[in-house]
Amino acid sequence: MPIGAVVLEPGSSLKYKTGDWRAFRPLVEKEKCVNCLLCWIYCPDSAIVRQEKWVEINYDYCKGCGICAHECPKDAIKMVAEQK
Amino acid sequence: MTIVGMTGDEAVAHAAKQSKVDIVAAYPITPQTIIVERFSKYVADGEVHTAYVCVESEHSALSACVGSSLTGARVFTATSSQGLALMHEMLYIASGLRCPIVMGVANRALSAPINIHGDHSDMMGSRDSGWIQVYVENPQEAYDWTIQAFKIAEDKGVQLPVAVNLDGFIITHCMEGVDVLDDAVVSQFLSTRMPIFTLDPRNPLTIGALCFTDYYFEFKRQQTEAMRNVVLVLDKVSREYRDVSGRSYGVFETYGLEDADAAVVCLGSTAGTARDVARKMRAEGKKVGVLKLWLYRPFPAEELSAALRNVKAVAVFDRAVSPGAPYGALCSDVVSALHALERKPKIFNVIYGLGGRDIQPSDIELVFNGALETAETGAVKEETMFLGVRE
Repeated sequence: MPIGAVVLEPGSSLKYKTGDWRAFRPLVEKEKCVNCLLCWIYCPDSAIVRQEKWVEINYDYCKGCGICAHECPKDAIKMVAEQK
Repeated sequence: MTIVGMTGDEAVAHAAKQSKVDIVAAYPITPQTIIVERFSKYVADGEVHTAYVCVESEHSALSACVGSSLTGARVFTATSSQGLALMHEMLYIASGLRCPIVMGVANRALSAPINIHGDHSDMMGSRDSGWIQVYVENPQEAYDWTIQAFKIAEDKGVQLPVAVNLDGFIITHCMEGVDVLDDAVVSQFLSTRMPIFTLDPRNPLTIGALCFTDYYFEFKRQQTEAMRNVVLVLDKVSREYRDVSGRSYGVFETYGLEDADAAVVCLGSTAGTARDVARKMRAEGKKVGVLKLWLYRPFPAEELSAALRNVKAVAVFDRAVSPGAPYGALCSDVVSALHALERKPKIFNVIYGLGGRDIQPSDIELVFNGALETAETGAVKEETMFLGVRE
C-alpha cells in the first residue's frame, strides 16, 4: 500500500461509481430539451452526456443532486424518486 | 565550530537556515515567536533561497506547508500556543499525508484566562496528532534537534512531521552560548530531501483521496508503524550527528539513575534545574536522579522502563493539566510504560508551572525529599500534587 493514501493511477475516479448515492433520478424529456447545455455546464459530476439534439444522463455517476433540473430553462428535466 | 550568543528562537531559525529549507509559510499570531521573524530577515537580506509565504492565519500557514511538502520541498514553520491550537485540524492532515515538515513550537499556555507564558498545554493538546514530538532543554538543544529533526522526518521509513518544542520565554527568549556548526558541515549531514512521491503534473497522482470504512483503518495502522520506526532512525541520526558535532543525543538523558532511590521525570528546561538540585543532593549523600525525555512521541516506553526499573519512587513532572484525567499526560505515559514491571517504582504526579509560574530549585528539592520518603516507606502521600499553587 503506498503511504499516505496516495493513489498512483491517474483518473481512477472513473472506477468509483457514485450512481447508487442517488435518491432522486433526473429524467430528461427529449421533446422539451433545446440542447442549450446549461445542465452540462452546471453538472458538478460531468454526468450530462451530450447528444446531437438533446442531453442524456450518465446514471453511473449522477448523484441526483438536481442542479440540472433547477438550471434547465425549459423544465425539461424532472427529478423522480428512485424506486428500490 | 563557533560559539554564538543566541536565544532559543534564534537558534531554531539559524538551524532552519542551515538546513536549507525551500519553503517557510507562517502567520505568527499573538503570542508570536521570533523564530519566523528572524527567518524573514534572512529572506529579506538574501541570505537564503527560501520561498517565504505570508498567509492570513496559522491554519493557512500549515495548509501551505502541507501543499509545499507534497511537492517534495523541505518545509519549515513555527508556532506557539493559540496558533498551534488553530493549526490543530491541519496537524492531522500533515501527519496523515506523511509530510516531513519540521515545526518549532514555543510552548505556551492556552487561553482562558489569557496568558502568554511558558507551559506545555499547547502541544499536549495536540498530543495525538501523529507528529513526532521532541522537547529541548536549552538553546543548544533547540539548534541541534532542529537539524536532526529534518533527517529523522525525511527518512524513508518515517516520513512524518516533527515538532521541536522549546519552553516559552525560558528557552525562546533567554540567550545562551550556542555551539554552531559550519554551513558546510550541516549541508553534508543533511543532504537534499529525497521524497517518495511528489506532486508533479508530468506524473499525475491523487493525494488526499477519500478512504471510508474500506481503507482508513489500514492507513492509520501504517502511520502507527512509521512512528514505531522513529526510535531506530533517531538512534542512527543521533550517532551521525555526534560524529559531526561531538554532541550526543538519544531518546532521553539520565542523571544519577544507576543507583537512585528517587527520580524525577520531566521535559524541557525544568530538567536543567532538576539536575542541578540532584547534584547538590547527591553531594549530601541522597540518592536521587533525573530522567529528561527528549523524545515524547513516539514514547520510548521500553527504554524508559529499563532505566527506571530499579528506582523506588518516581515523581513525574507535568507542565500541563488534563482536567478529569487520572494524571497529567506525561505521568499517564510513565505509568503505562512501567505497568508490566513486576516490581515497579511508586509513582506520583507533580503538576507545576502552569501559565509560566516559576519553578525554583527549592520546589524541586521539596519533591525529591517527598520521593525519598516514598522510597523509604513505600507509601505515596499525594497521587497528584499541584506544586506551588495557592489553594
